[in-house]
Amino acid sequence: MKELLRAWFREELSGMEDFLDTEEKPDISRVEHKSAVRKWEDTLLSSPEMQKMIHMRQRRYRTLYRVIAVISCIAFIAIMLYMIAHLPRYGFKNPRADVIARRYIEQGLEETGAVNIVAGMILDYRAFDTLGESFVLFTALVCATILLRFGMRDKEQSVGAPVYKTSTDNIIHMIGFFLVPAILMFGIYIVLNGHLSPGGGFSGGTILGSALIIMSASGGFDITDRIFTYKRLNILTFIALGFYSLSKGYVFFVGANGMHNPIPKGIPGAILSAGLILPLNIAVGMVVACTMYGFYSLFERGRIGHA
Amino acid sequence: MLDTLLNNYQEAVAMILFGIGFATLLFQRNLIRKLIGMNIMDAGLFLFLTSLGYIHGHKAPILEGGKIITNTYINPVPSGLVLTGIVVSVSVTAVMLALTVRLYRRYHTLDMDEIYAMTLKEREEGDE
Amino acid sequence: MTLLEIFKIILLVLLIVCAIGVNLTKRLLPAIIIFMAYSTIMAVVWTLLESPDLAITEAAVGAGITSILFFLTLRRIGREELKDPADEDPSADSEHAKEARP
Repeated sequence: MKELLRAWFREELSGMEDFLDTEEKPDISRVEHKSAVRKWEDTLLSSPEMQKMIHMRQRRYRTLYRVIAVISCIAFIAIMLYMIAHLPRYGFKNPRADVIARRYIEQGLEETGAVNIVAGMILDYRAFDTLGESFVLFTALVCATILLRFGMRDKEQSVGAPVYKTSTDNIIHMIGFFLVPAILMFGIYIVLNGHLSPGGGFSGGTILGSALIIMSASGGFDITDRIFTYKRLNILTFIALGFYSLSKGYVFFVGANGMHNPIPKGIPGAILSAGLILPLNIAVGMVVACTMYGFYSLFERGRIGHA
Repeated sequence: MLDTLLNNYQEAVAMILFGIGFATLLFQRNLIRKLIGMNIMDAGLFLFLTSLGYIHGHKAPILEGGKIITNTYINPVPSGLVLTGIVVSVSVTAVMLALTVRLYRRYHTLDMDEIYAMTLKEREEGDE
Repeated sequence: MTLLEIFKIILLVLLIVCAIGVNLTKRLLPAIIIFMAYSTIMAVVWTLLESPDLAITEAAVGAGITSILFFLTLRRIGREELKDPADEDPSADSEHAKEARP
């Protein structure tokens, strides 16, 4: 708190230098006198009148902040509610916003081959958007690695003991033993059936990631470290993102030049259908699962794998 | 006007949630609580978008048996948008939490004001 | 007004209660658990709004991963607290960064 006051004090001081006694006040512009200035400021700040003034000032600032914040929050909610009162009625069709939706629903099955229109939308019509989103996830993992990895390793060695402990509870071991295969199966089902039923790469990948998290939380990191080293995780992410970019780039190129798209659509409703949506779902699921496990590992012990 | 507001109660609740999240962001000085407030704002906004696509009595846009019957499905566009948003919000949260851990390692507090005061002090010491 | 609609309104009220409740707790752990409940209720609301894709994703991401990350952050902060503050030198970070570079 004192430093805040000092900064404010400096600002106040710069305006009224002329009124102060120059005998007492050292030259503020010279570097070697900074400590002297500091001492002088400290004596001034510790005087009772000054303390009282500072307190008043601080309280006034706090009150002002609170009042402005309350007013802005209430005004925001009021404006938004006013706008909502002028929206079209909830639960009824808005004819002006219906053009794109109707196109997606009527032509979606024919053009993408996906039974689940949302999957067909995000992985076919708006696939470029989803590619960007996968890169956002990857970037977040890279940022978390940079922020949490350095500085943790050497300290562990110097302390001598690992900062995390594997649970030795038998109940947790057994629950993990029975739960992890079921969750893995569920996640794989959701990823593979993304074009037929609700779900897809993002939700399925997250479930796979949480299965890995439960595995490493119940059985210790030794089990997952055998599969997920830092290098393998990077290679897996690279392969998934590279496959996504190349295949979708090819489709965009073909489509933009009006050529025939050789990727078969298949019969709607079959598992091997909907063209590229199934492989893309798998790629996205891989990226998401790696990212989620990577977040857990980084937050838990500051590293991924042995590195 | 109040009549329409009551009819649009779902959007109204979404915006109130957004406002509460905003207030949390403004009033709480703890960094983790600020992050929770941001997540509440996110979820409120997603609820708003989803409510706009909902149509009474219509089903989720999954074409059962490969038959297309128009005027029986809800608007799929908000669903796609929100799906993107949820995953982006979790990435943002993870990066922010990593930053919080780093800030705590350096300043040993989660209080925003104290951290700000300490940065001011550091800057001053750096000048000398 | 059908039964389902009443159920939805109850859920919406619970959402607001959860959002306010985050601000009223004294400690951080209950706040995070309330946020977890908020995410789960949101997933149920989305099921009622006929968006099952969103419901699955929110249940896995919001209630699962985000809450786990919050918990881990809290645990890590608690661990830092146990350590001696003296060996937390701010300049140590840059040294580590230097060493880590090949």
